[in-house]
Amino acid sequence: MKPTNIFDPNYFHKVVDCQWACPAHTPVPEYIRLIAQERYTEAYMLNWDSNVFPGVLGRTCDRPCEPACRRVRTEENPVAICRLKRVAADNKGDIAAYLPKVPAQKNGRKIALIGGGPASLAVARDLLPLGYEIDLFDKDPAGGGMMRSQIPAFRLPEEVLDEEVNLILDMGVNAHFNHEVTSMKEMLDKNYDAYFVGTGAPKGRDLELPGRAEVGPHIHIGIEWLASVAFGHIDSIEGKVIVMGGGNTAMDCCRTALRLGAESVSVVVRSAFDVMKASDWEKEDAMNEGIPIINNHPPKAYVHENGKLKGVLFDKVEAIKGDDGRYTYEPTGEEVFMECDHVLMAIGQDNHCPWIERDVGIEFDKWDCPVLDEETLQSDNPKVFFGGDSAFGPENIIWASAHAHKAAISIHLFCQGKDLKADRPPEGVNLLSTKMGVHEWAYDSNHDPSARHLVPHADPAKALSDVKLEVELGFDRALGAKEAQRCLNCDVQTVFSEKLCIECDACVDICPMDCISFTENAEEDVLRNLLTAPASNKEQDLYVSEDLKTGRVMVKDEDVCLHCGLCAERCPTNAWDMQRSVVHVPQLGSYSAG
Amino acid sequence: MTFVTKPRVHHPRLPVNEIGLTRRDYEGSVSTLCAGCGHDSVSAAIVQACANLSIPPHQFAKLSGIGCSSKTPSYFLNKSHGFNSVHGRMPSVATGANLANRELYCIGVSGDGDSASIGLGQFAHIVRRRINMLYVVDNNGTYGLTKGQFSATNDKGSTSKRGVPNLYDPIDLVSMALQLGASFVARSFSGDKKQLVPLIQAGLKHKGMAFIDVISPCVAFNNHNGSTKSYEYVRGHTQPVVGADYIPESEEITADYAPGTTEDVKMPDGSMLRLHKIDDDYDPHDRVKALNYVQSRQAQGEVVTGLLYMEEDPMDCHDILRTVEKPLNALQDDVLCPGGDALAGINESYR
Repeated sequence: MKPTNIFDPNYFHKVVDCQWACPAHTPVPEYIRLIAQERYTEAYMLNWDSNVFPGVLGRTCDRPCEPACRRVRTEENPVAICRLKRVAADNKGDIAAYLPKVPAQKNGRKIALIGGGPASLAVARDLLPLGYEIDLFDKDPAGGGMMRSQIPAFRLPEEVLDEEVNLILDMGVNAHFNHEVTSMKEMLDKNYDAYFVGTGAPKGRDLELPGRAEVGPHIHIGIEWLASVAFGHIDSIEGKVIVMGGGNTAMDCCRTALRLGAESVSVVVRSAFDVMKASDWEKEDAMNEGIPIINNHPPKAYVHENGKLKGVLFDKVEAIKGDDGRYTYEPTGEEVFMECDHVLMAIGQDNHCPWIERDVGIEFDKWDCPVLDEETLQSDNPKVFFGGDSAFGPENIIWASAHAHKAAISIHLFCQGKDLKADRPPEGVNLLSTKMGVHEWAYDSNHDPSARHLVPHADPAKALSDVKLEVELGFDRALGAKEAQRCLNCDVQTVFSEKLCIECDACVDICPMDCISFTENAEEDVLRNLLTAPASNKEQDLYVSEDLKTGRVMVKDEDVCLHCGLCAERCPTNAWDMQRSVVHVPQLGSYSAG
Repeated sequence: MTFVTKPRVHHPRLPVNEIGLTRRDYEGSVSTLCAGCGHDSVSAAIVQACANLSIPPHQFAKLSGIGCSSKTPSYFLNKSHGFNSVHGRMPSVATGANLANRELYCIGVSGDGDSASIGLGQFAHIVRRRINMLYVVDNNGTYGLTKGQFSATNDKGSTSKRGVPNLYDPIDLVSMALQLGASFVARSFSGDKKQLVPLIQAGLKHKGMAFIDVISPCVAFNNHNGSTKSYEYVRGHTQPVVGADYIPESEEITADYAPGTTEDVKMPDGSMLRLHKIDDDYDPHDRVKALNYVQSRQAQGEVVTGLLYMEEDPMDCHDILRTVEKPLNALQDDVLCPGGDALAGINESYR
C-alpha cells in the first residue's frame, strides 16, 4: 500500500467516527472535553456552530453519531453523545458574547426563505452576519417548522425550542408567520437575489384500503394530527387507537394518544421489529409506557358499521430473514381483526410542492423531489436553493442543519457572482501536538471502562397524564461528567514519524488493542491479514508509513484504537505523537470565525 | 515509565488458546523500564510464547536476580509463581524450585551483569547441572541501572555513549553454555519476535538446560553509533543459521520449506520442533562444530542467531539424580519417612 497522506482532511476526520457520521460534522470529542471541564457555554457554542439547535438536537436528534461511536466496536455501547449535547445546553451560561455580530449596514442583497423550519433558520443564521437581509415566510403562527408541529412537547419542551428559534429570529430575520406561500411565480416576481426553499416533506401518506371513504373522520394523518395537538386544536382522543407505521412519527403518535386519554393504544407494523424505521430508543420509550408493537401485520381493510369504524382487518405474515439479512414475508393465511375507534396513519411522508409552478425553471423528479446539485443544493433555476426534507425527501433535523450550511455558502457565492463549485472554500485539517511533558498530555488519555450511564426519566404516572411534561430528565452535571469520561478522544490522533523510528517494538508491545504492526508491505487485502490482529473491518482505514530502515512499514489499524496514547508514552524517540486533529468544514457566520 | 495504566479492554477478535485464555491473560504489570527497552520486547515474546503453548499461568515459576533484566518478571505472567532473588543468585533459587517441583516450568531471566559478572559462577554450575529450565539472558552489554558502564559481555572496541572504547574482551555466554553442557543453546534479538517466540516455546518444552542469549539493546545507554549492541548494529550484523518453528502436538504440520533443509525434532510431550537450516553445512547437533562456528563468525564481527545447538536425547538433573517421578514437594510423610523397618533394611544393606 502507498503511505497514508495524513494531511488529507478526510483521513483523520474518518477516524473521528462520530464527527464523520454527523451530517453537520459536529466536533463531538472536543465538546465532550469541554463538558468534562465544566465549560458548558463553550461546549454549547461549538455545537451551535455546527448543528444550530443543540438544545433541540440534544433531545431529538436521530444520532447517527452513536452507532458510529468507537465504543461500539471496542465494547458495546456508544458514548451517550446526544444526551451530553443536552448537558451542554441545559447548563450553558450567557452566550451573548459568543454570538456572531450582525452588521447594521446591510450588504444590499435580499434573500427569501420559504418555510420556517430548521433548514431555513440555519440558512438565516449563516447569512445574517454577512449583512444579508432575510425575509422568512411560514404558514404556521410560530417558527420551528416540524420541530414544533411534529415533535411532541413531552420530548421537546416548548421553551427549549422557542429559545433556539428566537435566538435566530432575533438576529434580524424579517419573519412573516401565518403567511403561506402559494405561488413560486409570485415569489420570483418579487426579485429577491436568491431563494431558499425549506418547506419540509409536509404530506403525510394515506392508505387506500376498502372502507376508507366510509370511515373518513376516524382516520387521521399522523403528522397533521400531531400538529393539531401542538397548536392546541386537539386535546383529547377517545376509545381505542391503532397507530399504523413503524417510524418515529408512529412512536410520537402512540405516546401522544396515550397522554390524551385513549382507552388503549397499539402500534401495528407491516414489517418485522428490527427493520422498523423508528430509532431503538424511541421504540423502547413507547414499549416502556406499555404500548404494544405488533409486527408482521399488513392492513387489509377498514371494518365499519353504519359509517362508524369498528376496527381494522390485518393479514398475518411470517417474516423470514434471508442470508443477506433482508426479510421476505410469507402469508400465513391468517386474518386478524383489531377493534378500534381511531386510526393514526404514520406510514411515511412525501415531498409536496403544489405551490411551485412547473414552468418556473425548477425540475422535479418522479418522486416529486426537486432536481438539485448535491454539492451546491442549487436547483435548475439558479436563484433557487433547497434544503432539509424538501431537498431529497424526509430525513431529520441534523440533515437540515447540514444542508443549510452548504446552501448558505452557495447563496453567498452566487450573490457574489462566483462559481459555486470552483470557488467553494476547501476543507482543511490542523494537527496540534498534545504533548505537555514526558508523560503529560493535553487530554485525559486514561481509558475509562465504565458502562454507558442511563438517563433518568420522569415519574411514569405523572408523565402519562401530562402531554407537555418532558419524559427524559437528562443527565445532571455529575452524571454528565461521568459519561463524558467515556469518550475515547478519537480526535487526538496517533501521528507517526518514520525518520525517528528505531523499530524497537515498544509500541507494538504496549498497545492494548493490537493496532500496531511492523511488517513487509503488501496490497491492502494481503496486508490486512499480516497484522498482529487481522484488520477485518474494511470500513476502517489502515495507516501505512513510508518504508523504514529495515524495509518494513508501520501499519496501524484505526479500527479499535483507544487513543490512550500508550504508543507515544512508550516510544523512546517520540516517533509517535498524540496530535489533536481539528477538521475545518467550511461554514459561514460561525462564532469561531468571528 | 508510564503513568497511565494499560487498559484491560483488548481487541475484540484477539485469539484464545486451547485453554480459553488470550495473550493478555499472560501479561504482567506495565513495565517501569525506560521506554523502548529491548527487555520489554523479550517480556512480550515470553507472554506470546506462553500463551501459544496453552500452559496455565500458575504452572510457571519465574525467577530472577538483580538488574534491569531481573525486574522484567514483574511484567509478564502475573498469575504465576515468582522469586526475585539476590544479585547473581537466580540459578541457586531456580535449582531449588526445580528440584522441589519438577512439574513447574521454570523461567529464569537474568542479565549480562547478573550472569556474566557477579553470577558467573552460578551460571556455570546451573548449566553444568542441567537443571530443566529456560534460562534467558537479556544481554545489552551495559549496566543500565548504574548509568551505562561496560558490562562483561561488551565487545572490545565498542564505545560508551561518550565515545570511550571498551578495553577488554567480552565473555560470550553462548560459547560458555556450549562448553558447560547446556543441551539447548540459542541466540536471538529482542527486535526479532518472529525468531524469538518459537525459540522460547521450544526452550520451555525442552527437557534440560535451555539457554537463550537475547541481545536486547539498552535505549538509554547503549544504542549509539559506537555500540555493537544497538538496534541498528545488530540488525546489520546478524547471521541466522537455524530457524526453529514450534509445532504443538495438536496442530498439523503445514509450514513449507525447501526440501533437504528441514529437520523435525520430536519434543518430550509429542510436540514437534521443525528446524530449517539457512546454512546447509551447519549441524545443530554437533556441539564442537557449533562452538567453532559461533566463534569463527564472531571473529568476523558477525552475530550468529537462531537455534545453535540442541542435544538429541537430553538428560536433565532429575534424570542424573534418578529422582522419583512425583514432584518432591508433593511427597507425603509416609513416603518421605517410610518407618523403622525400612531404615533397618537400609542399614542392613551396609553391613
